[in-house]
Amino acid sequence: MPSVLLHPEHWVKNYADYLYNYTIVRVNNHEIAQDLISETFLAGLKSLANFKGEAGERTWLISILKRKIIDYYRKINSAKGKAEVRFSYQSEDDEGDWLEERVSDPFDKTAEDTMENEELRLAILNCLDTLPEKQAEIFKMKTIEEKETEEICNEFNITPSNFWVIIHRARKTMAECLQKNWF
Amino acid sequence: MKFYNCEKACHICDKSQYKENTFIEKLLLQFHLVFCMVCRKYTANNNKLSLAFKKSNLKTLSLAQKQVLQERLQMEMRKQN
Repeated sequence: MPSVLLHPEHWVKNYADYLYNYTIVRVNNHEIAQDLISETFLAGLKSLANFKGEAGERTWLISILKRKIIDYYRKINSAKGKAEVRFSYQSEDDEGDWLEERVSDPFDKTAEDTMENEELRLAILNCLDTLPEKQAEIFKMKTIEEKETEEICNEFNITPSNFWVIIHRARKTMAECLQKNWF
Repeated sequence: MKFYNCEKACHICDKSQYKENTFIEKLLLQFHLVFCMVCRKYTANNNKLSLAFKKSNLKTLSLAQKQVLQERLQMEMRKQN
């Protein structure tokens, strides 16, 4: 029996944002990223029996997602009828899977999206997990989605005073958490 | 014009992170910060937090988008059971 148990019913709540951030920097398209995450969850569901419990749930889902991203690039490449281009292979004797490397290689990104930023995103997502659900949602809507205060107040049926109290608590917790884990 | 206490100063500091403070509020906050070390520290941490979010370029899925993913997953789970 695996030492780590899978809980597919909590996958969206626990891992959707993490998987989305992993995907969006690699495919740079919101709809495609969302589709790939959905396919990953469904593939995970079908492969529940293959889960050995050696890795954590999130790591296991990421490994499925990586294959999905590789498949996506293979598909668009073959659709365009393009030949495989091996940028980093100097001679015919060099072998390897460049698509695999593209997915896993942290340096195959723009300057703004370095490895450090990926670690920072992970630290922020971990800290967001420590917030109460409603507080986290409101804080994310304001800080990440940059929604108007009035819009969020209407959606959650709260007053602006309540809204700012929630934001204050969330910011305090987030700052303390990142102080411990990042700054 | 009324000077801020720490509670009000923190509130304005939070609002300023989203550029929702007025010029007068900004001015009064700066005045409060000259004399209050506790709020200066809070403001510094608050600014660091905003900078971290900006630097990370973090994206999240909206509640509605997550709902779509959840429904699709649950539909498949029902099929499996």
